[in-house]
Order: sequence, then structure tokens, then C-alpha cells
Amino acid sequence: MSLSLTLSHRFADFALDITLEAGPGITALFGRSGAGKSTIINAVGGLLHPNSGRIAVDGDVLLDTDLGIFVPPHKRRLGTVFQDARLFPHLSVSQNLMFGARYAPRGSSGPALKDVVALLGLQDLLDRAPATLSGGQKQRVALGRALLSHPRMLLMDEPLASLDGPRKQEILPFLERLRDGPLGLPILYVSHAVDEIARLADTLVLIQSGRVQAQGPLFDVMADPAAVPLLGVREAGAVIEADVLAHGTDGISTLRISAGTLELPGVHAETGARVRLRVLAQDVILSLTRPEGLSSVNVLPVEVEAIHPGDGPGAAIALRANQDRLLSRVTARAVTELGLRPGLKCYAILKATTVAPGSIGR
Amino acid sequence: MTPDAAAWDALRLSLWVAFWATLLAIPLAVWVAWLLARKDFWGKAVLNAAVHLPLVLPPVVTGYLLLLAFGRTAPLGQALNALGIQLAFHWTGAVLAAMIMGFPLMVRAMRLAIEAVDPKLEDTAATLGAPRGMVFFRVTLPLILPGVLAGTVMGFAKAMGEFGATITFVANIPGKTQTLPSAIWAALQIPGGERQAVMMVLMASTVAIAAVLLAELLARRVAARIAGA
Repeated sequence: MSLSLTLSHRFADFALDITLEAGPGITALFGRSGAGKSTIINAVGGLLHPNSGRIAVDGDVLLDTDLGIFVPPHKRRLGTVFQDARLFPHLSVSQNLMFGARYAPRGSSGPALKDVVALLGLQDLLDRAPATLSGGQKQRVALGRALLSHPRMLLMDEPLASLDGPRKQEILPFLERLRDGPLGLPILYVSHAVDEIARLADTLVLIQSGRVQAQGPLFDVMADPAAVPLLGVREAGAVIEADVLAHGTDGISTLRISAGTLELPGVHAETGARVRLRVLAQDVILSLTRPEGLSSVNVLPVEVEAIHPGDGPGAAIALRANQDRLLSRVTARAVTELGLRPGLKCYAILKATTVAPGSIGR
Repeated sequence: MTPDAAAWDALRLSLWVAFWATLLAIPLAVWVAWLLARKDFWGKAVLNAAVHLPLVLPPVVTGYLLLLAFGRTAPLGQALNALGIQLAFHWTGAVLAAMIMGFPLMVRAMRLAIEAVDPKLEDTAATLGAPRGMVFFRVTLPLILPGVLAGTVMGFAKAMGEFGATITFVANIPGKTQTLPSAIWAALQIPGGERQAVMMVLMASTVAIAAVLLAELLARRVAARIAGA
């Protein structure tokens, strides 16, 4: 399953010029508002006819402006979930769900109504009218409706952006189930929230001013010091995978990563589970010697891989901690004073509170 | 004092004419309203003006133009006559006149309703695999139903009350083309005819008020269903 696309489209105030590939799993498109993310989703879905470009899903050409091919949206079989759920107000929840199923191609494989209802916890909502649902419930119904149309791929345009924190937490597990579950549906996921992407994405595409600035596996792009300005200095930081070893009675859990163990609060995953940790670059402190008598116990031996000076007084440092990579953000002055250079062995200190509960997933 | 047979005939004919005029105009009005609300095409301004023309022209002018187009000596009228369709001086002509006069009112109400529907809902239906026609019948039409009802009642009321174009195009033949307004006008021309005129005025008012109440009731039901109350 793969999507390949080349697009260029001119708006009054900016131009989009994009080439990207999306494979299986969740491919996240990240960029600030107005970067052109929604334009890409609309072009893939067939709701926008770009000036020029080519879009193919598994070799099936949906758009080719050179050959004059434009497959209308209803024949593309790409389910779309929008930021505003866009439920049909005159239909009940179950009728909205069946609207998706009605036009699923005969004999197509995909989940049945009862599977979707169970997956998304919609049992108690079926007879309700959309107007009576909360934002999170609406989004779950919209997701179910899209799944029932048996799409080849799911397009999600900021599906969580209009939800508050708790409502987001209500949806995220369902998206994880979708990614890891038997459906194995590829998802093109647009977002401007780094925490969502760190938790969900397999592949990350960074978009700025209508152009792709970086793309690759999530762990690589998040650990790339060049990506720091694109993600924002406060949001940038590596994502690493950890195994939950034990939960302490004091609320602190022990997790193992390739370079050692970490002790972190607020880990809700079960013992033995594999979780993603998002370690913000600004929360990683470097020391040339192994620090003693420190309040933090999360100290990892690391090796400097690259130094990426920023536009301001800061610099992003790429670190290798055994199999994993980390990012640290320090001042340019500290780089000079500590004599940081590629190949240097030093210690990274992570405060126990570095990893916010919301950043822990899977 | 009760309405005489001629008054009942006129009421019956008016209801019959208004019923057919409205029924035939609904699909066309919905389509034109949809074109004006959703599509950009060459000649849109002209279509809009043409639709609204009967609203601004003196009705007698509209009636005269109909007579010029569909009269017995006009080419179009002769062609239709050959097919067995007679319009001028016939109740079917009254249906056509009523249709044309009520059309702008119907289109206006329906166009507003269509413009109020979020096109994103129609886009969403398409992404779920619904072909265009199905998007219209399953999403757009149910959502504009209150507007269609409002337009239909306006059209029906206009058709019941149409006088100038009708009397010019189909004349005022009792029992054949004499609608309620024509009959009221005729009664007022005869000395001592006021009593019958008053009877018919009561008939016309009753029908008009009943139509408005019925439409209000239906529109509320539909709106409540859409709002999910």
C-alpha cells in the first residue's frame, strides 16, 4: 500500500510544490497553519483540482494533469476525517455510519458495522442525533463512518485540533488501535501538534511554506537537529522506544532503553509494554563528567554525533545513546566552553519530569 | 346567504390550477435554485434576471407575452396544438401563467435554503463514495426541505391569487377558465354582486391562511428533525 504524489498549486498568496511518498502505517504531515497541509489532503481526496501534479495509490492513477486524468472524489475510495466532524445533521449516528457503508464497493473487504461500533465504543450513541454529541464523540462517529466506506487509505485533516486535552486523550487510543490493529489501514495524518505526531506517526513529513523540508521515519526526523527550527525549539525533541519494567509504589516507573534505565512518573502503560517517550531537546542537559549528587537519576552516557547551530544563540546537538538517538538544545556559548564536537563522549541528564504523561504512548 | 354554484366552480378551478402549477414548478424551481446557488456558468446573470422578470413586470404584460408565444396563431401555440395541447383560453394556460408568476418566489426561498447548506457536507458525502446525484438526494435535499416547503407554499399562494396574467392569457370563462380572483373581479362588475364577491373573498382567505399554517407546521417538524431535538 503506498501513495505517491507530486503537486504544484498556486494560491493568491503562496505556492505549493510537493513531492512525497506515503507507505503503510501512519504518515504524518506536519507544518504550521497555512503551510499547505490541508491543500494536500484535499488534492488527494479529489476535493481540489491542483494546477498540476500526479497522484497514484498503489499504481492506480487518481490524478495526472499531463494526461488529463481526474478521478472524482466518490470513485477514489479514500475515507476522509476532517477537523470539524461533518456529520450529516439530518441523520442519526447509526444512519451516518450506514451512509459510509452504503457506498462501499460490493464485495470489498473491510470492517462491518458491529466491528466499527466495538472498536470505537459507539454502542450507546447509535440512536443519538449529531447535534447532541460532544466533540470527541462526533469525531469517533466520523472516523467510524469513514472506515465503513471501506477505504484503501484514510485521510485525516487535523482530526483532534478542535478538541481539548481530555477529549484528545479519548480519541488517541482509538487511532493507535487502528494503526496497530488487524485493519492495518494506511493513514495520511495532517497535524500541527507535535505531541500527536510523536505518539502516532510511523513516517514524518515536515512542510513549510508549501514545500517538503524533511521526510523519513519518525524516529530519524525527530532526532535530526536540522528539524529543530521546523518543529519549533520548544517542541523539538527525539522520540525513543522504551520497555516498561516496573511501577513503583511512589508513582515512579522504571523503563529500559538501549542505553540504560530511566525512572519516570506518570507512566500508565502495563508492565512489559513498549512505549514511546518524547524527550524534549530543551530538557536534556549535557555534562562532560558523570554528575554526582544530582536530584535527577536519569543520566545516560552519550556520544555527540552532530552540532547544528541555530539562527539565534542556541545550538541543537545530536546525541547517540547506544541504539537510540537524542537531541539536546544548548547555547552556542556552552558548545565552545564544553568543547563539544562530533565523537565526544559525555553524559545526558534527563529530568524525571521531562517526559510528560501526554507524550507517553503505546 | 351561501356561495353560489359559480363561486364553488371558481374555487375548485383555482385549487386545481394552483395544485398543478405548484407541483410542476417544484422540480424546476429546485434545479434552478441549485444552479443559481452552487454553480458558476456563463449566462448566470441572465438566468437570474429571467427568473425574476415576472416579479417586476406588470402581470398583464406577462399574460400578453404568453398570448404572443402560445396563442392560436403563434408558431409555438400551433405546434403544441398539433400535439393536442391547448394553452390559450384553456385551464392549462392558467396553470402555465400561475407557474410563471409563482416561480421567482419559489426559487428565491429555495436558493436561500441551498446557500445555507454547508458545501463541505456535500464534499464529505462524495469522499464516502456517494455519486453526485445521491449526494443531492441524500444530503442536500433533506437539508433544504424546510426551504422547499416555504417556497412551495409561496408558489401555491401566488398561484391561487394570480389574476392579471391569467385573465389576459386565458380570459374569464365561467366554469372553464374563471379562477377565484377572476370570479371576484367579475362579481364586482355586476350590480348587487358584492355579496357573492364577499363569499369568495372569504374562500380565498381561508385557503391562504390554511396553506400558511400547514407550511409552518411542516417546516417546524422538518427543522426539529434536522436539529435532532
